[in-house]
Amino acid sequence: MMHLKNKIAVVGVGTTAYGTFPEIDDYGLAARAFRNAVDDCGLDKGRIDGLLCCRVPFYARMGEILGLDPRWTIQLPPHGRMAGMAVVEAMIALETGAADYVALLYANIGRSRRVNYGGEEVAGVWDPWGFTSPGAAHAMMFRMHMERYGTTTRQLGEVSVAFRRHAGLHPDAVMKTPITLDDHAAARPIVEPLRLLDYCLINDGAVCLILTTAERARDLRKPPVLISGVGARDAFRRSAIPNFDPDFWYAETREAGEAAYRMAGVGPADVDALMCYDNFSPTVLFSLEGLGFCGRGEAGAFVEGGRLQIDGDLPTNTDGGHLSNSYMQGWALNVEAVRQLRGECGARQVANCEVVQYVAVTPCTRSIIYTRG
Amino acid sequence: MLTYNKPLPPDDPLFAPFWANARSRRLSIQCCRACGDRRFPPGPVCPRCLSEDQDWDTVSGRGTLVSWVRFHRAYWAGFVQEIPYDCCLVQLEEGPLLVSNFAGPPPAPLRSGLPLRVVFEDITDRYTLPKFVAA
Repeated sequence: MMHLKNKIAVVGVGTTAYGTFPEIDDYGLAARAFRNAVDDCGLDKGRIDGLLCCRVPFYARMGEILGLDPRWTIQLPPHGRMAGMAVVEAMIALETGAADYVALLYANIGRSRRVNYGGEEVAGVWDPWGFTSPGAAHAMMFRMHMERYGTTTRQLGEVSVAFRRHAGLHPDAVMKTPITLDDHAAARPIVEPLRLLDYCLINDGAVCLILTTAERARDLRKPPVLISGVGARDAFRRSAIPNFDPDFWYAETREAGEAAYRMAGVGPADVDALMCYDNFSPTVLFSLEGLGFCGRGEAGAFVEGGRLQIDGDLPTNTDGGHLSNSYMQGWALNVEAVRQLRGECGARQVANCEVVQYVAVTPCTRSIIYTRG
Repeated sequence: MLTYNKPLPPDDPLFAPFWANARSRRLSIQCCRACGDRRFPPGPVCPRCLSEDQDWDTVSGRGTLVSWVRFHRAYWAGFVQEIPYDCCLVQLEEGPLLVSNFAGPPPAPLRSGLPLRVVFEDITDRYTLPKFVAA
């Protein structure tokens, strides 16, 4: 992928309101996000010849609704880890000429349709012991981190407090009421050592990104945001326990991060803002260690004192993340990266923002480095 | 036992020997007759050499505690009366990781590395769950 450095650009981003919208379905939400993204870049929608759908049920119905007959279409499963994978797929399609303008669409109606995570009807391997849910898997990993490194739940609270503060500065965010470390400690336990404020939200909403080549991007409405680096590594051999890895995907995160840094020609010290997949708060600690923002086992101490907050050393999830903004499964974080680099973030704008990194530490770890065009 | 209302093992032929062995008080993991690779959960082929010649080995039942969590939420009606309840992650002497429960109250104090041994709990007239106690 090295030769794709700065060759592909995000030219349009669109989001919907976030919340509970039983009156509209996922196609309707995706259509709103699409229209907003088209307006954002000023592109004639008839020129969009690539369509990627994630969590939108059926690509053909989506194309029918939007009036698109693409040359390149992909449907990704409704899993949380797909956002970074989708961007990489779109880069390849654009580079090869399989498509000239690609729309990536994600919609989620999990709140109004009461989607539950855990206790699925299709029995899992570990169900007979009562072990289920992605949150329990992350609780299991965080306990290991506590045992190995002495990390505390209070340090974990720093993550939740920082992202909630950012949500308070973000007009679209779902959860804006400020919280303290004591609120985090007093929250209802779900699967200990995790508590309610360590868990992501479940809400409805949709996101659209429009990508094209850097060359074509020059003719569009806004300054392009360039994709300067990407990195990837999956970990399926150790995936017997869903959403769990006994080493917190450390090697995979290192590899994906180093690939992205090498391609972009930057390092952790150059990152002005980090957009970090936060399905559960421990994932943020695993991400910081894997990417090398701190040493192994040091993420608990690293996040203390508000380091992830907007005025800290490493502003992270400036939109409030999955914990407090919106459960858009990585997609909204990629939009936030673009908006930060464009300087569109108002009260939560990171000053002189030139390099923003996205990372999702999961069984399919991906990292993307965005820079100003 | 007739009123058991917690989730039962998935009816998957790949796992049938594991549950049959557990019924006979034997903890077992899948092993490859071609290359010796051992694992749990099982698969249709060996992930190392892709052989279909797969069998089951009875293991020692000894392991160490890697991690544990306490559920305060019941994801199935059958667990409502149980909460809060614990799940533990055990590394078997032979390598594989198993999610299980402590039989009876959890060992105190809990710490990673704690030696554990398997015990067996009949849950229905067909199924027996391997669980763990301090060794």
